[in-house]
Amino acid sequence: MKKRNYTISIYTENNVGLLNRISAIFLKRHINIRSVTSSESEIPNIYRFIIVVKVDGEQIIKLVKQIEKQIEVIAAFYHTDEETIYLETALYKVNSKSLFEERQIQNIIKKSRANIVTVKPEYFVIEKTGWREETEDLYHKLKKYGLLQFVRSGRISVSKSSMEISKHLKNNENE
Amino acid sequence: MKNISGAEAVIHCLLEEGVDILFGYPGGAIMPVYDELYKFENKINHILVRHEQGATHAAQGYARSSGKVGVAIATSGPGATNLVTGIADAQIDSTPMVCITGQVASSLLGSDAFQETDIIGISTPVTKWNYQITKASEISEIFAKAFYIAKSGRPGPVLIDITKDAQFEILKTFEYKKCKKIRSYSSVPAMDNKSLKNAADIINNAKKPFVVWGQGVILGNAENEFKAFLEKSGIPAAWTILGLSALPTDHPLNVGMVGMHGNYGPNKLTNECDVLIAIGMRFDDRVTGSLNTYAKQAKIIHFEIDPAEVNKNVKVDVAVLGDVKETIKDILPLIKSKNHDKWIDEFHNYYKIEYDKVIDNEYNKKKGGLSMAEVIKSLNNHTEGESILVTDVGQHQMVACRYTKFKLSKSNITSGGLGTMGFALPAALGAKIGDPKREVIAVIGDGGFQMTIQELGTIFQTKAAVKIVILNNNFLGMVRQWQQLFFDKRYASTEMINPDFVAISKGYFIESSKVSERNKLDDEVKKMINHNGPYLLEVMIEKEENVFPMIPSGSSVSDIRLE
Repeated sequence: MKKRNYTISIYTENNVGLLNRISAIFLKRHINIRSVTSSESEIPNIYRFIIVVKVDGEQIIKLVKQIEKQIEVIAAFYHTDEETIYLETALYKVNSKSLFEERQIQNIIKKSRANIVTVKPEYFVIEKTGWREETEDLYHKLKKYGLLQFVRSGRISVSKSSMEISKHLKNNENE
Repeated sequence: MKNISGAEAVIHCLLEEGVDILFGYPGGAIMPVYDELYKFENKINHILVRHEQGATHAAQGYARSSGKVGVAIATSGPGATNLVTGIADAQIDSTPMVCITGQVASSLLGSDAFQETDIIGISTPVTKWNYQITKASEISEIFAKAFYIAKSGRPGPVLIDITKDAQFEILKTFEYKKCKKIRSYSSVPAMDNKSLKNAADIINNAKKPFVVWGQGVILGNAENEFKAFLEKSGIPAAWTILGLSALPTDHPLNVGMVGMHGNYGPNKLTNECDVLIAIGMRFDDRVTGSLNTYAKQAKIIHFEIDPAEVNKNVKVDVAVLGDVKETIKDILPLIKSKNHDKWIDEFHNYYKIEYDKVIDNEYNKKKGGLSMAEVIKSLNNHTEGESILVTDVGQHQMVACRYTKFKLSKSNITSGGLGTMGFALPAALGAKIGDPKREVIAVIGDGGFQMTIQELGTIFQTKAAVKIVILNNNFLGMVRQWQQLFFDKRYASTEMINPDFVAISKGYFIESSKVSERNKLDDEVKKMINHNGPYLLEVMIEKEENVFPMIPSGSSVSDIRLE
């Protein structure tokens, strides 16, 4: 079966060690996690992990069932890229000299709709939010001017369809 | 309660959960709890094992014979890591168990303090849930959750790690409320009537239906519902090793064991039935052999409590989620009364072939060294199918499970999924304590016996009347069998030069004897059964006996070999 990117959204209680428990599910199956982010969700005190993996359609179903089985996981969902709105943010730290000496750089920033976050005498920092291809593209364009540092966040995403967390919570509370 | 220590709170939590037996081993980081155990010794019986691994297996044996949650307790560091094998075993075999470990004081966490180990990190992949308590105020809620999680839904092991300062900390007030739900956890998935009806339609229209049941029937206390379902539908049924004893051996619809060393008919006919009904089992690879050739012709119905098991190994046509006690009860009125005598005859015909080629030769052996099956036969003669069988892992396990006759459920205790050698001796002790009125017979190989041999000390100290039968062939028999069949008889590190087990037993003041002659076997077994107290019987068996039938690893169930 063909492998593709899946975004897994996991709603959880806020407990120490839960990330370990979830990542162990991937480790046990020798599956590489491509990106992971975690933050508080739309519901107070409920956290949301977003994990991106490249697996096939059968694997993703099994993985999500194993994740949902964990006691402190309220619900887990998976989506293909087409089913989500997703973004990553990248920061690029560039030598200030090139900003002033290389005209081209300003055009690159403008064209790629990146923002300059800060400018210091020695360096400046560019921020670009978008898809992987876009931040990657900017990376290649800036690289030749001497990147001092480059970092990219994990994916954040929201699904196009709804994920009914409150329903899950209610069901369990009524049991 | 007012002004009690965290350690005392732990004891009250256990009492609230009805715990009266602990299996454990003391040490620095758990001493405050042990100090309280001293004060409560008339309410909680602490069994001092000789190694922490023994505590977990004993707790497992206790849980499996009593149906209650087994509790093991140990100190931090090595005490905690020694629990891991038993926890992993309980996880894969769905045994309800709560393990309590001491931990260094919270101020020392992460400092590589004496006997500090990250047992939460280590146990995470093999526990249903775990938690580190660092404040006494957490104890009550966490213990309540732990017991609820361990026994609800698909049972499993839970580990609670408690820092030493939390054990010492004085709680101004303590109250205990049993946990009945956790908002992020649904223990039993909701049943849907449509799948129940679909399943019933398929079963009612089946010409050659076949049931394979597992431990879910026992864990769900669904033996009666299950039997009623079989008797109404007239469907032949075979067991996985952990499902064994849920239905009496001599029940006319019980056609034997599936899997690698299961019976000939049930394996062969897995690939000839038109409907396969799996009840409370998980299609382990030792049951299915090659998945590419497993029951491809059949419609498959899966009664299962754990949604993650559905379509994990075998794609099913209908999944009936829920507790089998409920789902089997609910499907019963939808099932038509039938009999499948002609189909069942096919099982009998295969049984005859197996009997002639395998069973008769070993069960009724007349010449040469003693066979393992003969020993089981003798046990059958003297226990009348009413004892609890505890087995270790290997050839003796397969033979004992194949030949032991059972009348009662919860009578077969073995390490199935993990295949833990050393399981049987401590598990038998736990099983005896969990159900003291019943005879407990541990059948163990000479290899596995030496992995937890020190628990003879615990058996001696507790006087638990466990009957131990060592089937001694001076080999790691199952590995040797594979070496013979698949590695051109290169017997790498499988021959064992063993100590004098009878002398060792005497050293522990446990009555013992040794037998190697056929005409003395029955008398020795009888003597063991009639002995009041623990007893060890060493039986010298044929050195190079093989267990058949056998599905070679990775082969199809229909390629099961008789020789």
